[in-house]
Amino acid sequence: MVRLAAQGGTELPGYIPLIPFFPMAGALLLLLFRRSIGRGRWAGIVASSVIGSSFVLTLMAVGNLMTMTGAPEERTLSGPAYEWIAAGGLNVAMTFKVDALTAVMLLIVTGVGTLIHVYSIGYMEHDERKATYFGYLNLFAGSMLLLVLANNFLVLYVGWELVGLCSYLLISFWYFKPEAAAAGKKAFLVNRIGDVGFLIGILLIYAHFGTLDFDEVFARATELQGAIVTAIPLLLFVGAVGKSAQVPLHVWLPDAMEGPTPVSALIHAATMVTAGVYMVARTHVFFEASHTAALTVATIGAVTALFAATVACLQDDIKRVLAYSTISQLGFMFLAVGVGALSHSPVAYAAAIFHLVTHAFFKALLFLGAGSVMHALEGETNMKKMGGLIKTLPRTGWTFIVGWLAILGIPPLSGFFSKDAILVSTYEEGWFLLWLIASAAALLTAFYMSRQVFLVFFGKSRSSEDVHPHESPSIMTGPLVVLAGLAAISGMWLGLTHAGPIFRLLEPLFGVHEEAGTEAFLGIPEAGLVMIAVALSVLGMFLAWRLYLARGGEERRAALQERWSGLASFVRSGYRLDALYGALFVWPGKTIANVAAYAFDVRVIDGAVNGLAVSIGRSAEGVRRVQSGLVRRYVMAMLTGAVVLLALFIARAN
Amino acid sequence: MSVPAEWYLLVSALLFITGTVGVLIRRNVIVMFMCIELMLNAVNLTFVTFDRMMGGLAGQIAVFFVLVVAAAEVVVGLAIIVSIFRRRASTDADQVSLLKW
Repeated sequence: MVRLAAQGGTELPGYIPLIPFFPMAGALLLLLFRRSIGRGRWAGIVASSVIGSSFVLTLMAVGNLMTMTGAPEERTLSGPAYEWIAAGGLNVAMTFKVDALTAVMLLIVTGVGTLIHVYSIGYMEHDERKATYFGYLNLFAGSMLLLVLANNFLVLYVGWELVGLCSYLLISFWYFKPEAAAAGKKAFLVNRIGDVGFLIGILLIYAHFGTLDFDEVFARATELQGAIVTAIPLLLFVGAVGKSAQVPLHVWLPDAMEGPTPVSALIHAATMVTAGVYMVARTHVFFEASHTAALTVATIGAVTALFAATVACLQDDIKRVLAYSTISQLGFMFLAVGVGALSHSPVAYAAAIFHLVTHAFFKALLFLGAGSVMHALEGETNMKKMGGLIKTLPRTGWTFIVGWLAILGIPPLSGFFSKDAILVSTYEEGWFLLWLIASAAALLTAFYMSRQVFLVFFGKSRSSEDVHPHESPSIMTGPLVVLAGLAAISGMWLGLTHAGPIFRLLEPLFGVHEEAGTEAFLGIPEAGLVMIAVALSVLGMFLAWRLYLARGGEERRAALQERWSGLASFVRSGYRLDALYGALFVWPGKTIANVAAYAFDVRVIDGAVNGLAVSIGRSAEGVRRVQSGLVRRYVMAMLTGAVVLLALFIARAN
Repeated sequence: MSVPAEWYLLVSALLFITGTVGVLIRRNVIVMFMCIELMLNAVNLTFVTFDRMMGGLAGQIAVFFVLVVAAAEVVVGLAIIVSIFRRRASTDADQVSLLKW
């Protein structure tokens, strides 16, 4: 047994591997005994308590991390949990590492995860396949924990694929709905495209370094020469684009809303989709080495942020708005990571992770709130059929409003600090155009979120007479209240200034912040940038108010609709990308499959096999007449054969 | 004066041909059976003859094996013939031709 030495940190404490192990074991238990645990609330209680235990262990790990002394780079817990693969020259151990970045991710996955598990107990109350649902949810949590704990690329990749699988299982959880089944398949296939790039990137890394261990690879990353410097980060980024739903591989996320709403909150908003951001931040040395790759990340991020925000403005489905909003916010995070890599800016990296954290809080809150609204309206998702719900759903409504103000970036809620950190660092590092795009996206964010809140919670009720909204049980509103509290205060608490805890915490990874020496374009001071951002948010809110709440909004909307109807339906459909991909990739694929299945397979493959069988059958039909049943004929045949053989032997002997 | 080996072989060949022809042309199962015995004994005679010519022992041992196998074969064969006869009251080989395609 090879015992790998822990590098640059303290030996891995024994309880760390238990963090992913608990939910995995919970999943196994629930999926194996789903029939016996399936009734009542037991499945939910088991699932919530295992993820809760992981949360407690995470807190222990974070406490352990914070009390460590020594150089900042050495404040990590890392080491092998056990030896996994030892084949010839390839040695891969199940190595885990807890540093600041992992700790932040662990806290989100287990913390927000626990809240969503608890919420699910109420939301899935009447579903018959509760145990299966909670089993999948636990499996997801375990896989995600494995992903963020990984200290080498192979373990990371295993977690990466497992979360993809769980996403598929949970999107198509109600598989008897054709849309849900199709959405799950779509998510899986689109993710596969990204994963192939990611895998090639990992293989290139292995080919060049001969190891997959993070510490070793990152330490030697600068050794690379030539085109590979750009190829590796770009391929890794392809994986991130798929997993984090960035343009052009974002098409799966809006459809993923067919899954149960808590799943949308946990997997498709708070945790799994941030895996791409996490991975890019983790492998940032590669991106810093290549200007092209870093610029690609930042550009894709900014473009996605704006693109998804425009689409979100025109969606009528309460969850699809949030889905496009998630894509857009992830774009902000990639913009920040890209800027961090472009300008070697620790603040930009930290801003990305900061926004990842606050986004996890307020987006989970918004999704769970949307779920609560749907629960109250018996599954209604069309916002045009809601309105005035603040009166009947006060707790859901007020917590939703906290989430709304947080995503808008109204001070002092969390989104204000994290989004501003991104915008300010983009501007101060001199990426004016990217800042402009991101600011436009922020304006649109304010518009579509305000539109959603006004349509759902204010104005007159537009639901049909026979629907009687009722506030959700406290097992669902409880997590909402906790998340609202976090969404409200986490910004102030973590990142009031560039010396806030989140920036401090991440210094060992990304370096120490130094005031930018370069003179930025136009030279707007930081306070001015903050004012601009808040002004944009208020402007977006005002526009939404004018169109959806104020007197005469109806007419203004009708006038706009008349003038821009073609453009509107184009944007509403997500720029018709689904149709384009359908024509470009799905149709040729299906055609080839059809030809292969119904022409080649039936005619050529089956033809050959069947033809052989028929011809053998026919010849056997003729030959079987020889067996007459008359013993004397057999004797004659034997004799003839013996004579012929004998004659042959004699002939050969002579 | 001794009889030349060729004579033994000739007798043996005659016996074998008699047996073979008997098996081929007779329909009575018992006769066919006796003809088979005739062929086996022709072979035995050949074995012994060649052993005498070469001064060896292996052929004579082979004869014992043939005798044992023939005895066993007779036991099984006669049992089959008896049971067929009980069922059909006939020993005609050509009538027992059910085992065909």
